[in-house]
Amino acid sequence: MGDPVVKKFMYINRHAPCGTIYAVEGLEVVLIGAAFEQEVCMAFVDDGVYQLKKNQDTAALEIKNYAPAYRALGDYDVHKLYVERESLEQRGLTEQDLMQLTYEDEDDDWKEKPSLKVVTRIELADLIAEQDVLLNF
Amino acid sequence: MLHTVNKSPFEKNSLQTCLRLAKEGNDILLIEDAVYAATKGTSVSEMVAQAATNFNLYVLGPDLLSRGVGQDELIAGCEVVDYAGFVRLATENDKVQSWL
Repeated sequence: MGDPVVKKFMYINRHAPCGTIYAVEGLEVVLIGAAFEQEVCMAFVDDGVYQLKKNQDTAALEIKNYAPAYRALGDYDVHKLYVERESLEQRGLTEQDLMQLTYEDEDDDWKEKPSLKVVTRIELADLIAEQDVLLNF
Repeated sequence: MLHTVNKSPFEKNSLQTCLRLAKEGNDILLIEDAVYAATKGTSVSEMVAQAATNFNLYVLGPDLLSRGVGQDELIAGCEVVDYAGFVRLATENDKVQSWL
């Protein structure tokens, strides 16, 4: 067997968390896909930024709360989470309104580092352009 | 008459159409992803704040909680209701129009 092929995957999330099944399905695919040791990142655009909002509590809806599962992404080596600044601004949100997601960097003495990065649409366009595979939810 | 809207104003124009076609004094209840419309500082806040003066604007509380939207984030003039309030609005009005 030769060296495994490692491709750059980006999961682009554009839907709000509760009204449709997109966000949950996307998160599940990312967690499953993480097992294949590819270079994975996620982008949160449009209503997708709402997936990362703090204090989500679905108890009153009597449905499972998936928001805490975003905290597990770091343990699955998914720690590049890009949030489009323009999408936040259009919704009156700032980085302080989002969950604090972190990962432990194995290349830097397991230091805890932030996973979320707010990027401009120009930066995000560059990131999209450099991927091998784009998956949309 | 009660109007319900369940889509995000950033993704669909259901709320815009509702506001265009509802009559002054009607009840409008924002549910599901439409509750984001009731938050301050967004690109549609001004439109929604104006709507709160022409209509009776309600937001469904459980849908705010599930999305992590606090009451302090809401535009002035919209009233939070629970499921019992939703039922009361639906029964006290002669008809319900759902803008999907």
